[in-house]
Amino acid sequence: MKRLLLLLPLLVFVLLASLLYSGLGKDPAELPSALIGKPIPAFSLPSVEDPQVMLTQADLKGPALVNVWATWCISCKVEHPVLNQLSKQGVTIYGINYKDERVAAQKWLREFHNPYALDVDDAQGTLGLDLGVYGAPETFFIDAQGVIRHKFVGVIDERVWREKLAPLYAALADEAGQ
Amino acid sequence: MMRLLTGLLLSLVLVASAQAAIDTYTFKSEAEREQFRQLTAELRCPKCQNQNIADSNAPIATDLRREIFRMLEEGQDNQQITDYLVARYGDFVRYKPALNSSTWLLWFGPAGLLLGGVLLLGMIVLRKRRAQKGNSIQALTQQEQARLDALLNREPQDKQD
Repeated sequence: MKRLLLLLPLLVFVLLASLLYSGLGKDPAELPSALIGKPIPAFSLPSVEDPQVMLTQADLKGPALVNVWATWCISCKVEHPVLNQLSKQGVTIYGINYKDERVAAQKWLREFHNPYALDVDDAQGTLGLDLGVYGAPETFFIDAQGVIRHKFVGVIDERVWREKLAPLYAALADEAGQ
Repeated sequence: MMRLLTGLLLSLVLVASAQAAIDTYTFKSEAEREQFRQLTAELRCPKCQNQNIADSNAPIATDLRREIFRMLEEGQDNQQITDYLVARYGDFVRYKPALNSSTWLLWFGPAGLLLGGVLLLGMIVLRKRRAQKGNSIQALTQQEQARLDALLNREPQDKQD
């Protein structure tokens, strides 16, 4: 019994060390979204292409990606060709133009091709706030019911899509197909 | 001349960055100002992770300050405002986490560890003291005691001459 007690500090040390070690590989900048499992927040905002057209949460039909972007966001430019590629492959992508100017956004979409099925003009960032957006680009995955299922923060490049995101999207598409 | 110019430019840059986190809000009362100060100090900026909303220059922190101000003007209390932000950004935004089943270790862990340490130390000290007491009473056999007395009563060697 006494001898076992002597091993206790070692046991505590091993437990603590493994706990700390498991934390080493984690990215502290990665926040789990508070909105996973919740529907897209209600909104009523104009479209980027035509300010006369008002869009609401009902217009965003999943399974789809909802991509938060802006012309002032440098990484969005890196991401843009990948989104173009994806939309060509048949992935539905909705855009949320976050705290941007409409003219600049329209020019961007003309010059670099428009991958968005619909593009919401969130000039004040209100929808972004409701979505818990804290920077661009951020991409939400919504299912057929319009419920947010995943969130990806940062640039989607080909590798990230292939290794991490494509399976998620495929799962959502399968779900909708059944 | 060049140095002067560089210095001037540099100071301009510094001034600009120093002022970035200051926005002007007009509060209705001193209490509301205090409430705003407290809230922005207790809520964490989601973008620049080790700063609170009050200190951060990030655009999102500016937005959140504006939002908090708006909600204060509407007469919402601290709890409502905190809940509003937690619903969007998660528990992450709270520098003062809520007390629930997943955070009780965080809240009471350190105190528990301290208490455990003090108890352990007390036990060790008590046990040592008890052992010492026992020793002093019955440690020496008669033979040993006689030898000790002999040693103690013996004149020091160097004084014998």
